[in-house]
Amino acid sequence: MTDLASKVLTGDARSIARLITLVENNSSDAVDVMKQIHKYAGNAHVIGVTGVMGSGKSSLILELALEYRKQGKKVGVIAIDPTSPFTGGALLGDRIRMMDLSTDPGVFIRSMGTRGMLGGLTSAVYDVVEILDAAGMNVILIETVGIGQDEVDIVKIADTTLVILIPGFGDFVQTIKAGLMEIADIFVVNKADTPGVELTVAELESMLDLATHIERRTPIVPTSAKEKKGILLLVRTIAEHQEYLIKSKMYERRRRQRYEAELVEIIRKRLMNFIFDEDKLKGVVDCCIDQISRKELDPYTAAEEILGKILK
Amino acid sequence: MIKKIRVLIAKPGLDGHDRGAKIVARALRDAGMEVIYTGLHQTAEQIVNTAIQEDVDVIGLSLLSGAHMTLFIDVATMLRKKQIEDVLIVGGGIIPKEDIPRLKKAGIAEVFGPGTPVDDIVTFVKQNVKR
Repeated sequence: MTDLASKVLTGDARSIARLITLVENNSSDAVDVMKQIHKYAGNAHVIGVTGVMGSGKSSLILELALEYRKQGKKVGVIAIDPTSPFTGGALLGDRIRMMDLSTDPGVFIRSMGTRGMLGGLTSAVYDVVEILDAAGMNVILIETVGIGQDEVDIVKIADTTLVILIPGFGDFVQTIKAGLMEIADIFVVNKADTPGVELTVAELESMLDLATHIERRTPIVPTSAKEKKGILLLVRTIAEHQEYLIKSKMYERRRRQRYEAELVEIIRKRLMNFIFDEDKLKGVVDCCIDQISRKELDPYTAAEEILGKILK
Repeated sequence: MIKKIRVLIAKPGLDGHDRGAKIVARALRDAGMEVIYTGLHQTAEQIVNTAIQEDVDVIGLSLLSGAHMTLFIDVATMLRKKQIEDVLIVGGGIIPKEDIPRLKKAGIAEVFGPGTPVDDIVTFVKQNVKR
C-alpha cells in the first residue's frame, strides 16, 4: 500500500487534503491510492443538502454537524460552489458559516468549485466521498451549489437527500413541478422563523397528497438554523430514513447507483482527457485528414475507426 | 492534469473591516484561482486548520487594527510548527513600513498596503506559489 493511502486510512488531515487535491486536479498520482482505499469505504451515511441559493444550506450543515458531533460521530463536509465559466476561478464561501467547526479534529471540511460540471456537483465529488469515508467519517454532508429547478445529480451520490426550501419560494404550482421537487427524501423548510412557513408546509403537504402510489410519504421538517430550532427533529428524521433504506433494501440499490455514476464518471474523464490531449488527438486525426480530402475516406467512417481504436 | 491555485483569504483577530479582503478575493477569483473566503474574526488556529483541510497554496491575511505583529506572526509560526513549508503567506492592510522587515523575517513573503493595484497581487501570487 502507498504511504499516502495508509495515512488517509488513519484519518490524517493533511494526507486527506492532499489526496483530494490530486483527484480534483485529475492527477495520475491519485489513481493507485484510490484503487487501494476502495475496499475501506462504504460505511458512512451520505447526506445531500440541496436547494436554491440563500436557503441556508451552509448554516443548516453547521447545525447538523454540531449535533452529529454530540453523538460522537466523525463528520465530513463537502461544500460546492460554482466555478466561473468565464475565468475558471471560484469564490468558495460556504465555510464562512461553518467556522465553529474549524478546530474540531472530528470534522473535515473541504470546499470545491464545480470546475465545469453541471448538475450541482463537481466531477471529483465521488472520489472525495470515497476518501472521507475510507478516512473514517461516519457522516458525510454534501452541499450542492445553490440550484435552480433542474440540478439533481446529488441523488446519484447521496443516501439521503434533503431539499431545502424557504417560506415564500413560490406557490402550489412550483411544488408539483418536475426536477428538484422529485428528489427529496426529506423536505426541509428552513428560515421557519420568518412569516409564511405554515403556508409553505401546507402547500408541500397538498402536493404530497396528490401522489398515488407511495410506500413512504416524504416528511417535511421546518427548521430555523438561525434560532437552532428543528435540528434535533431533522437529525431524527434522517435516522428514520436511514432505517427505512436498510429495511427496504434501498440502501444497496442506492450504493449501486452511486458506484455506477462513479464508474461512468471515471470513464468519461479518461475519454475527455484523451480528447483534450491535443497533441495525441492531433496525431490520430492528422493521418485521416489527407484521405478525407482526397475522398478516399468519409469523415464518419474515419471517426468510427478512430473511436474504435481509442476504445479498444 | 489541471492545477488550480487555491488561496485562503482570512481576517485574523477582532478587526471588522473586510472590504479590502473582499476586493482581493474577487480579483484572485477573476484571475482564475479558487479562493476560500472565511470572513472575519479568525484565530490563528482556525486559519491554519482551514489551510490544511483546504490544501491551499497561498494564505492571504488582512488586518487593519494594528495587531499584525502578533497575529500574522502567530499564523506563520503555527504553520512552521506543523512543518508546513510549501504555503505562501502574504499580508495586507494598514501595516507601517518599519514593521515589514520583521514580518518578512517571520515568514510573510510580501505585504501589500493601501493603493496596491490588485494586478500586482495577482502577479506576485502567480510568480511565488511554492508548488
